[in-house]
Amino acid sequence: MTRTGVWKKEGGAFKKVLAVAKPSKGKSPRFYAPEDVKKPLAKKATNGPTKLRASITPGTVLILLAGHFKGKRVIFLKQLPSGLLLVTGPYAVNGVPMRRVNQAYVIATETKVDVSSVNVSKYDDSYFKGAKKEKKSGDSMFKDEATKKELSADYLANQKAIDSALKPIIAKTKDLEAYLKAHFSLKDGDRPHLMKF
Amino acid sequence: ALKKSEASKAEGKRKRNAIVVKLETAANTIITMAGEKIRLYVKGKIINYTRNKNVTRHKTSLIEIEGVNSKEETPFYFGKKIAYVYKAHTKKAGPNGPTKFRCIWGKVTRAHGSRGVVRAQFRKPLPCKSLGAKCRVMLYPSQV
Repeated sequence: MTRTGVWKKEGGAFKKVLAVAKPSKGKSPRFYAPEDVKKPLAKKATNGPTKLRASITPGTVLILLAGHFKGKRVIFLKQLPSGLLLVTGPYAVNGVPMRRVNQAYVIATETKVDVSSVNVSKYDDSYFKGAKKEKKSGDSMFKDEATKKELSADYLANQKAIDSALKPIIAKTKDLEAYLKAHFSLKDGDRPHLMKF
Repeated sequence: ALKKSEASKAEGKRKRNAIVVKLETAANTIITMAGEKIRLYVKGKIINYTRNKNVTRHKTSLIEIEGVNSKEETPFYFGKKIAYVYKAHTKKAGPNGPTKFRCIWGKVTRAHGSRGVVRAQFRKPLPCKSLGAKCRVMLYPSQV
């Protein structure tokens, strides 16, 4: 019997066999590795922004359900890369500045405005992230806690720009400004599951 | 019989409303500058725990949502957050400072029966004094 395959001596020593998964040549393999070669699972998941509800399109009037501005009607501008929605009152109309809001905390009404002429491309999540809090040092306990946050001139100018861009758009629709100024509220007898927003 | 004048009636009503306003602002209902009240929740009543004839299971409470009268009307409320708001004697930390108002949060899980009653689970099982009490069924997470 001739020695073939694994235990064949080559150059005076047995050839060390390593478990290597060879690409298939179409034929069934002559050699099966003694231990299974572990292949890492393919990473197919791609994390994109949250899927936007079909009822929410740029220019839709949304009702905020929670947070400081609950009950206010705001205009949806665009979805940010994090998935949050960029909305604004506009500030001049109802006091809601450009803000991020989560889709789940918003009711989309059927009222829509055309905001294609409003340029919001420069706003993304980093614009809204608050300044990093200073790490607590020994003195900080004795420092004054009340330091009023100053709004940067840039921030105010941006808000003004958006407001003035939206103003003529809102003026086109009758009563829209008054509508945006008004709060949404449930009243006695209201049944949200039957309401058409 | 004494007939109150319109003016004094209005005065009385305003006074009574003012007291209501004070309580409600403490409970975080919004009162706008115009004095209008903003309610962004549906009123619900905690009617029971899930139970059989002899044993109550406190994990799940049954909520009767105002205006919901059949099982077909309930899917809108599935997943909606519920707040059981109650008052206690001592003040505890709150988002706007120490307050006597406390809250247990929960959510609507599924329908219960065919008449529009709904099952809800709270972070902590509701205390027995909640039976018959009001709760607030929020409109979020919203699917609309």
